[in-house]
Amino acid sequence: MRVSLEEVTKVFDGGVTALDGLSLDIEDGEFFALLGPSGCGKTTLLRTIAGLETASSGAVRIGERDVTRLAPGERDVAMVFQDYALFPHMTVADNIAYPLRIKKVGRAERRAKAADTGASLSLAGLMERRPAQLSGGQQQRVALARAMAAQPTVFLLDEPLSNLDARLRLEARTFLKKLQHDLGVTTVFVTHDQAEALALADRIAVMESGRIRQVGTAREVFQRPANVFVAGFIGSTPMNLLHGECVAGDGEAATAWGHQVDVAGVRLPVPEEIVTELNPGDKVIVGVRPEYFAETEDGIGGQVEIVENLGTTSLVTLTTEGPRIQVTVPEGREPAPGTTMHVSPQPGRMLVYRADDGELIDAP
Amino acid sequence: MSPVELLRRIGFYVFVAVVTAFFALPMLWLVTAPFTRNPSLSVSWPDFTLGNFKHLTDDPNALPSLYNSAVLSLWTMLITVAAAALAAYALSRVRVPGRDGILYLLLLLSSVITGTAAMVPIFQLMFKLHLLDKDLGVILVMTGGLLPAAIFILKDFMDSMPKSYEESARVFGANSFQVLGHVVLPNVRPGLATIAVWAVVNVWGNFLMPFLLYRTPEKQPAAVTLNNFYTEGGQPNLALISTFSLLYSIPVVIMFLFVSRRYGFRFHGGIKA
Repeated sequence: MRVSLEEVTKVFDGGVTALDGLSLDIEDGEFFALLGPSGCGKTTLLRTIAGLETASSGAVRIGERDVTRLAPGERDVAMVFQDYALFPHMTVADNIAYPLRIKKVGRAERRAKAADTGASLSLAGLMERRPAQLSGGQQQRVALARAMAAQPTVFLLDEPLSNLDARLRLEARTFLKKLQHDLGVTTVFVTHDQAEALALADRIAVMESGRIRQVGTAREVFQRPANVFVAGFIGSTPMNLLHGECVAGDGEAATAWGHQVDVAGVRLPVPEEIVTELNPGDKVIVGVRPEYFAETEDGIGGQVEIVENLGTTSLVTLTTEGPRIQVTVPEGREPAPGTTMHVSPQPGRMLVYRADDGELIDAP
Repeated sequence: MSPVELLRRIGFYVFVAVVTAFFALPMLWLVTAPFTRNPSLSVSWPDFTLGNFKHLTDDPNALPSLYNSAVLSLWTMLITVAAAALAAYALSRVRVPGRDGILYLLLLLSSVITGTAAMVPIFQLMFKLHLLDKDLGVILVMTGGLLPAAIFILKDFMDSMPKSYEESARVFGANSFQVLGHVVLPNVRPGLATIAVWAVVNVWGNFLMPFLLYRTPEKQPAAVTLNNFYTEGGQPNLALISTFSLLYSIPVVIMFLFVSRRYGFRFHGGIKA
């Protein structure tokens, strides 16, 4: 079922604005991530969809139904909490059957359905245990099974992987994506981990202080962050954001490229599609991911300060005359600390943001 | 083990034995005196007679007063637990300005209410309400005295329960009473058991309020009846007092054993009776 939010604002009693006129459409069957740093309002947004918080203004729709003022139980959604919120005094079977108990389904039918749902998540042997006797991964599957038993039109997951240890998290991630794909039910989840959002979600909304800064597929958000906030947030190694200035091209560059961007004394060509958007003298921020820097002779020069081994690549931090630059180099090509290295962005991998508002300069 | 160490150990155990004996003597008296024909205030080897129990049944108020005590205790316990559960849940989950202040004030006042200080006003209040010499009057006064501490203890249990349990139930469609019945109360069962036992013990042992509020001897609970066992010469009738005391203490002991086995006994927040 489609979920749409229209100008939703949530102001808490203390006067804190958690959601600030936020609009969003989540398509039917989509696996959707709400991503942002802590305190950005992503959990409040999820809770507003669930009905645990009521929007101060604006409208929440699920399908064609306006649910803004409905109680949580009347919205046909199921939520999996960060701590799973399994009832400690009930067995796994009773936990899974709980939504059915509320719906006044008979005991026998309830147990049969719980057994079915449990079995589909490989919980068959654990049905008579208490939640405290289960591992973190098993508890998560029980919480998912309980949500599935409610047969909701929308699943809401609050930080679904954050309570698992690192190794289990990867396993659970794959499992969760497959489960969502098989069920085909609209699923909204909250995470502060950009890698989790990129890996799981069909589309991602990146949030900052109660507003959405960008909505897009993982690819869009990763390759073309719409502003410097998203650029700095997405990517396991943060994007280099280098202050520079647009200058008129000289010599051969002028005829080939038009304008250039001056970063730390080195002139970089302005991407062709936005050359008409820039005028000499404009202050800009150049965004380049560490993965998209290449070693060149006439690039930005810097001294190798630190080399961090990431496994298949290494992250090299350069001190230049201007800001620090981080570059990844492939295995076996690590420079020695103290040596000099020259790098420039790979063609087509350079993004240019306006320095004043931090927005991406896009093709007209 | 060195001789010094040995001596120190022996000294320690002798000391413990003496202290234990000091506190055990009254208990010993309580167990032996009822089975002694003419008990004195000192502990002596019992005659193993059941005559004292026979005498006790001759007293028209003795055994019924134990029943009266049970009725008072159970009703007070039920009302206290039910009201405290609702109040503690509300206080734990709803933001009220000055909530903790109110709670502390109530706690402070409650020790006054069932104490000697409020004897006269309580008597007058019950008189005006026509509740003198009625079970309901005593039950209400006792409940009023116990509630603040009961709320305080239960609120502690409820505060420590994650809110996500309730929210989860609400998202599945549970209403407030279902949330309370399915999720909250089962999770604070040790707390409910604690205040239930504590309420029963308190009422069972309370002398002042029933003494003050009952006029008819037939209605008085055991704690007050115990005060009436005198010989014709005006001396305390030790045989009846000890026998009755033994019967009077048995239910409480049984209850403590039962609850501590079932729930493990714990008081929270340093509150005791």
